[in-house]
Amino acid sequence: MDVYLPIANLAVNGLIIIGLGALTGVLSGLFGVGGGFLTTPLLIFYGVPPTVAAASAASTVTGASVSGVFAHGQRGGVDYQMGGVLVAGGVLGTGIGAVLFSILQRLGQIDTAINLLYVLMLGSIGSLMAKESIETMLAARRGVAPPARKRRHHPLVALLPLRWRFYRSGLYISPLAPLLLGVVGGILTMLLGIGGGFIMVPAMLYILGMSANVVVGTSLFQILFVTIATTLMHALTTHAVDLVLGFLLLVGSVSGAQLGARIGQIASPVTLRLILALIVLAVGLRMALGLTWQPGDIFTVTVL
Amino acid sequence: MRVLAALLAFFALIGAADPILVPDVSQHQVQVRQGFTGTQLLLFGAILTPEGTRAGRDYDIVVVLEGPARPVVLREKEKVAGVWVNAHSTVFRSMPSFYAVASARPLRDIVDERTAAIYELGLDSLQLSPAASIDPAQQAHYAQGLVSLMRGKGLYQQDEHAVTVKDQVLYQARISLPSNVQTGVYTAETFAIRNGRVVASAISEVEVVKVGMERGIEDFSRRRALSYGLMAVAISVLMGWAAGRLFALV
Repeated sequence: MDVYLPIANLAVNGLIIIGLGALTGVLSGLFGVGGGFLTTPLLIFYGVPPTVAAASAASTVTGASVSGVFAHGQRGGVDYQMGGVLVAGGVLGTGIGAVLFSILQRLGQIDTAINLLYVLMLGSIGSLMAKESIETMLAARRGVAPPARKRRHHPLVALLPLRWRFYRSGLYISPLAPLLLGVVGGILTMLLGIGGGFIMVPAMLYILGMSANVVVGTSLFQILFVTIATTLMHALTTHAVDLVLGFLLLVGSVSGAQLGARIGQIASPVTLRLILALIVLAVGLRMALGLTWQPGDIFTVTVL
Repeated sequence: MRVLAALLAFFALIGAADPILVPDVSQHQVQVRQGFTGTQLLLFGAILTPEGTRAGRDYDIVVVLEGPARPVVLREKEKVAGVWVNAHSTVFRSMPSFYAVASARPLRDIVDERTAAIYELGLDSLQLSPAASIDPAQQAHYAQGLVSLMRGKGLYQQDEHAVTVKDQVLYQARISLPSNVQTGVYTAETFAIRNGRVVASAISEVEVVKVGMERGIEDFSRRRALSYGLMAVAISVLMGWAAGRLFALV
């Protein structure tokens, strides 16, 4: 099924793109991560120009998170107050990200910066999550109750002034902490074309110490609005949002998201976290190798 | 002796008045619409004498199809501290977005390097007009890199078996346009070459345009960027919501 993409200026196999979207969707529904960290690199690998890939992947993540937000919202799994603070930070971060993007682009280092960021982020978060989930699993197998967590949130969070009660998250912390987290997520969304979920979920768990049953829903809520901001930002600045590409990805991702959410209800959270950690590590490793291996094309050409 | 030679040359030239080429293209407009996966262009024509009769001599026919030129920056990666990063860059003021040359036999057997450079015949002879003056060896290195990159994308082609000439009068060349071509006006230039000298040339044009929905989407994204962005968001949200409702029923 050949489909011509009007903005990317090339013909692609539509079924492959739908499949790619489905993969994103399953990850989205299952883990509350956008899955953009997988879509964007794969699209680029398929031959879609990087800017178009990042811009269109963002709008796909929007679609995949909508149904997720509804699904989790009905189960009371979204902390709207926390989500609101995160979104405010995220929109701020999108603006900062757009500025950084154009600076790096002028320097010709955007590709390297994106790859390095991916490797650092995926490597550190992947290993953190893998370590935590393996420890939990081993403890469960030995029949010992997992050691009670000594602290709810990172000690630095407690130092921030101004405290709010976030009932659903079970937290009494400064809103500045989630706001800063949102800014970081927004910057990453703009730069990497990702929803930022794979940063937000672990950060919510380990830095903010949110209760686990609202983490996925709240993360999806934040991703929903930050990807909307990113899509608009790209439409206005880079003109790189490809509706046809986005539509194909959406067809796959919205159905994948539903499937993912169902699997998520059956599977055990610890196993899920371990699987996500392994996927994250694998992608990170692949990108690290890509940085050190001699690339197929030493040259790249950019239209001025 | 010298006079004799000059006379001989003079008669030889009169006997072989430069031919004229009457070129045409199978499609003057290539329409890029949904399902476009590239197309093959047939560039054909006749070799005639100025009087309009059959030229009746063997000429080498070379056809060059060139897409709109744009200024580009070319970057070269180098390994720095174990990581491949863009280390060098150079600007070319006019890089054709598409370049294909078709001939019946290897170009180096048809023309010498100088002629090839003058008429831009062949991928090694492209004039990319570098913006900065750098030393020729470095220049050639960059040009080679650019050509091999574009070749890999199928946007630069050199086919030395793509031209046929029938009965010394009708020629035809086949050039394929991949799906990732830029829109714009393409020029197809046909050269008749004899004894390493270009004796005639003629130009025809091919326009690559987006039509229908594809054109609409591209125009929309540029002219009304905000509405376009909002529409993209609306589609995503609606599809996501609809899928949620649909699956809830299952």
